[in-house]
Amino acid sequence: MLIFISCIILFLIGLYAVVAKRNLLKIAIGFCIMEYAVNMLFALIGFKSGAIDPVITKVDMPHNFVDPLPQALVLTAIVIGVGTTALFLSFIVRIYEKFKTLDVSEIKKLKG
Amino acid sequence: MIEIYLFLIFMIIAAVIAIEIKNLLAAAIAVGAVGFSAAILFIILQAPDLAIVQIVVEILTVIIFVAVIFRTTDIDKTVGKQLTSMQILGIVFYGFFALLFIIISERILNTLPPFGSPIMKVAGEYIKLGLPKVGGTNIVADIILDFRGLDTLGEATVLFTSAIGVLAVMRKAGRK
Repeated sequence: MLIFISCIILFLIGLYAVVAKRNLLKIAIGFCIMEYAVNMLFALIGFKSGAIDPVITKVDMPHNFVDPLPQALVLTAIVIGVGTTALFLSFIVRIYEKFKTLDVSEIKKLKG
Repeated sequence: MIEIYLFLIFMIIAAVIAIEIKNLLAAAIAVGAVGFSAAILFIILQAPDLAIVQIVVEILTVIIFVAVIFRTTDIDKTVGKQLTSMQILGIVFYGFFALLFIIISERILNTLPPFGSPIMKVAGEYIKLGLPKVGGTNIVADIILDFRGLDTLGEATVLFTSAIGVLAVMRKAGRK
């Protein structure tokens, strides 16, 4: 129970960066941390104590595996996460070239 | 059990450092620390596929962050600044929201099975049918490539769409 709550705390740290920070790169870092927190929560939910990783190595071995379904979902989510992060950071590069700053409170002429 | 807590606490500390430090290059390295400790935790949680993918993706993420910092600036000028009243109001509201979020999520997480004993109603079928129906010995690969192959198609769509987006935003030709 406490182990899930520590994942929620990691998520809230990322959300704090997105909400309260004014530097665009810090906001991107907050998004990354939120992704890690959610992935970690899924992997923790699927864990089974005393079980092994879900790979069949012998023909008639007992099927005492951890839950493979959250692992498959998280595998998809990790790869999507790096794509969205790359898109976010390319927008940051463009914004810096136009406004010469990363402070969101100084970027005011966002039109056209 | 104790090592999972240790790595989670390490992740939380590294995340706080990544958010609060003034030098952005150090912040990128701290994000790398969070990601690599996540990879080690995946190994402890018996998920080797996730650990491999996490290591590859984490190296890529840190490289992209460092490339962006070289193209822009490496000092966060907003760290030592005086907070405006609107920002303080926002942080206070965020504190209330975070408290509410923890309370609600504590109630929701109580409905889940306890740590270490998942239900595995759907996954039991996948484990049982993985080798005879698909023929792969790695159950995770069976799921992402066959049972839930449509998910993987959507993932590839999102990945290539974001790659096209990065190329369209970063290209030099055609810009004024």
